[in-house]
Amino acid sequence: MNVLLFVVVPYVALTVFVAGHVWRYRYDKFGWTTRSSQLYERRLLRIGSPLFHFGILLVALGHVGGLLVPESWTDAAGVSEDAYHVVAVGLGTLAGFCTLAGAAILVYRRRTVGPVFSATTRNDKIMYVLLIGTILLGLGTTVLGNLTDHPHDYRLTVSPWFRSIFTLDPRTDLILQAPIGFRLHALSAWLLFAFWPFSRLVHVFSAPLGYLTRPYIVYRSRDEQMGSRATRRGWERVQ
Amino acid sequence: MRVMAQMAMVMNLDKCIGCHTCSVTCKQAWTNRTGVEYVWFNNVETRPGQGYPRRYEDQETWRGGWTLNRRGRLTLKGGGRFRKLLTIFSNPKLPAIQDYYEPWTYDYETLTNAPLQEHTPVARPKSLLSGKDMAVTWSANWDDNLGGSPDHGDKDVLLKGIADKVKFEFEQTFMFYLPRICEHCLNPSCAASCPSGAIYKRAEDGIVLVDQDRCRGWRMCVSGCPYKKVYFNHRTGKAEKCTFCFPRIEVGIPTVCSETCVGRLRYIGLMLYDADKVLDAASTKDDHDLYEAQRQVFLDPNDPAVIAAAEQAGIPRDWIEAAQRSPVYALINTFKVALPLHPEYRTMPMVWYIPPLSPVVDVVRDTGYDAEDRGNLFAAIEALRIPVDYLAQLFTAGDPAPVDAVLRRLAAMRSYMRDLNMGRDADETIPAAVGMSGEQIYDMYRLLALAKYDERYVIPPAHAEQAHSLEELATECSLDYEGGPGMGGSGPFGEMSGTPTPIAVENFHMLRDRQTTDTIVDPGDKARRVNLLNWDGKGRPEGLFPPRREDGEDKP
Repeated sequence: MNVLLFVVVPYVALTVFVAGHVWRYRYDKFGWTTRSSQLYERRLLRIGSPLFHFGILLVALGHVGGLLVPESWTDAAGVSEDAYHVVAVGLGTLAGFCTLAGAAILVYRRRTVGPVFSATTRNDKIMYVLLIGTILLGLGTTVLGNLTDHPHDYRLTVSPWFRSIFTLDPRTDLILQAPIGFRLHALSAWLLFAFWPFSRLVHVFSAPLGYLTRPYIVYRSRDEQMGSRATRRGWERVQ
Repeated sequence: MRVMAQMAMVMNLDKCIGCHTCSVTCKQAWTNRTGVEYVWFNNVETRPGQGYPRRYEDQETWRGGWTLNRRGRLTLKGGGRFRKLLTIFSNPKLPAIQDYYEPWTYDYETLTNAPLQEHTPVARPKSLLSGKDMAVTWSANWDDNLGGSPDHGDKDVLLKGIADKVKFEFEQTFMFYLPRICEHCLNPSCAASCPSGAIYKRAEDGIVLVDQDRCRGWRMCVSGCPYKKVYFNHRTGKAEKCTFCFPRIEVGIPTVCSETCVGRLRYIGLMLYDADKVLDAASTKDDHDLYEAQRQVFLDPNDPAVIAAAEQAGIPRDWIEAAQRSPVYALINTFKVALPLHPEYRTMPMVWYIPPLSPVVDVVRDTGYDAEDRGNLFAAIEALRIPVDYLAQLFTAGDPAPVDAVLRRLAAMRSYMRDLNMGRDADETIPAAVGMSGEQIYDMYRLLALAKYDERYVIPPAHAEQAHSLEELATECSLDYEGGPGMGGSGPFGEMSGTPTPIAVENFHMLRDRQTTDTIVDPGDKARRVNLLNWDGKGRPEGLFPPRREDGEDKP
């Protein structure tokens, strides 16, 4: 059972995540969009959307730091576990609550604003459940863990287990030492990752950073591939 | 000199009768789909009026187009790259659907299934966004023919300075129609605003297009375009805009709006321009000089140096010849009667307008004077400052001198040609008064009044040796119609997801399928969308009639 939950599920989720994105990009470039609903309603979105997005960007950054940087590195850098913990919990909780508040506003908006509600697909609803469930589990574990005064050092259990998945040597014994909240959070995150490529979340991977460097006006020649499709085999341009 | 070719249009506003045929045929061809019900790639506005979307010209609110920064350099009025990325989660300058209008249909079902009652049942308007009842309060041309002007006529952005002088009383006001499409600018601010780089200008003919596969729905183009001619498809989450009917242009036929124009007021032709000069011209310091600066960017297609440079730039010979015969070039540069729309936005627009003389003519005629007499007309142009100032706000950033000059030329043509038509001797002092020769006046008259189809539309087809890479000539079997194996319509990720087909192929199959089908072909999106405008009488869209009974009887 534990092997299934903490070895099979992660690998399946990762495979689906990567292969799913490749497939989606090849099959459905046209559907690859934010599907913004700002046209319908902008007052609530104006508060909720930046709150959620900047919050979750910070949360993601925190996870990169917490999961990928081993404790031995921060120790070597002279940062004590207590100091690290205070900063991580402080910033993490703040970002988490921003994200949650933003998400709450956005969900409220989705439910109450007529046009936004009717533009919500079943796919969106599944995505919301997974995403908000993951956020709640993560935030809940952090907050409750610290309130009960026995904060768990996840950098000795969850993080090495997470890294061990990528070194193809999964250490289920480590994750099993973590409290139930962490395990549920991780499981829910894997489900979210598996669903990711088939939801509107794909827009995360088109963050337009290229805009900062490209020239303002784009010229494209009719000669090169026009529109959507690659030139058919046998119809390539003769040089 | 870097020569580039640009497909451009000129509209002669004196001939526009405001029939909206261009808008309707354009809509049928391009935006007759869910998600773009509110979108008009071509719309006709009555001026003075708020336009569509409402008050789109108020760039202090919408921040569209370009502006000069403190150092005199050209920057996006809506803010640069960093600002765009920081506000990407909630675009602060995006018009809401209410600034356009909320699309609706009618609940026709009640007309057929309402119980017997004393009063005739009414088909209520239902919002196409929420499916709920709605009160229709605005639409694309709600203020058509100055309708409702006493209430909101003063909301016209251009009347800010002269509003107190224009009283919206029918005897005193003036009116004309302004058909608008995308300007296909030389310096498009929509393209510059697009974070994904999905909007591009075609190097061959300058048509500005949105790559639907690259658009990620960041919506910055909608705010970036000062003419508000990029629209957000709220079903697919992609930006869409006027395409200058490129599939038609590529095979040498005019755009749908031009083809179907009842007044024959549109001209399409090529302009050669120097791409190296565009930035300088767009950075011209004084707004009033922008019209002249843009004219200086255009190249004379008869100049041997230009021809040589054009050939070097790979512009085919027949395109250069088409540029020489271009009616657009003649109207802009030879006769100098066409003016750009809002040059102060600094996007270098390429759909130009011949300002209407009719507000002036109407006043002269209504006061009982001879409206074809040069003296009367010239005096009226002098005296009627309000229409002239208004036109200047539209076409020359408020400088009345070029508008004056154009109107005088049109007035001169009017009275000069009247003499000829009445069999009198030509009065050569008339053309001389506007700095033209009689022959030039006659040529201009021919182009404005008599020009046939092939003189109004000089469109060189795209080159056959490039044909295989042209999207529209893709030779393959498409099975992409509703219910076909290629699965058109709604994909698993929302409206129209999956691999798209070229427009012509798609339309061909869709139309053929619709015309020959004996089964139901319903509009993409079920239940609450019964849109009779889209229904061509084939089949029964779901929801149009009450469901059949179980036993198969089809009784109401």
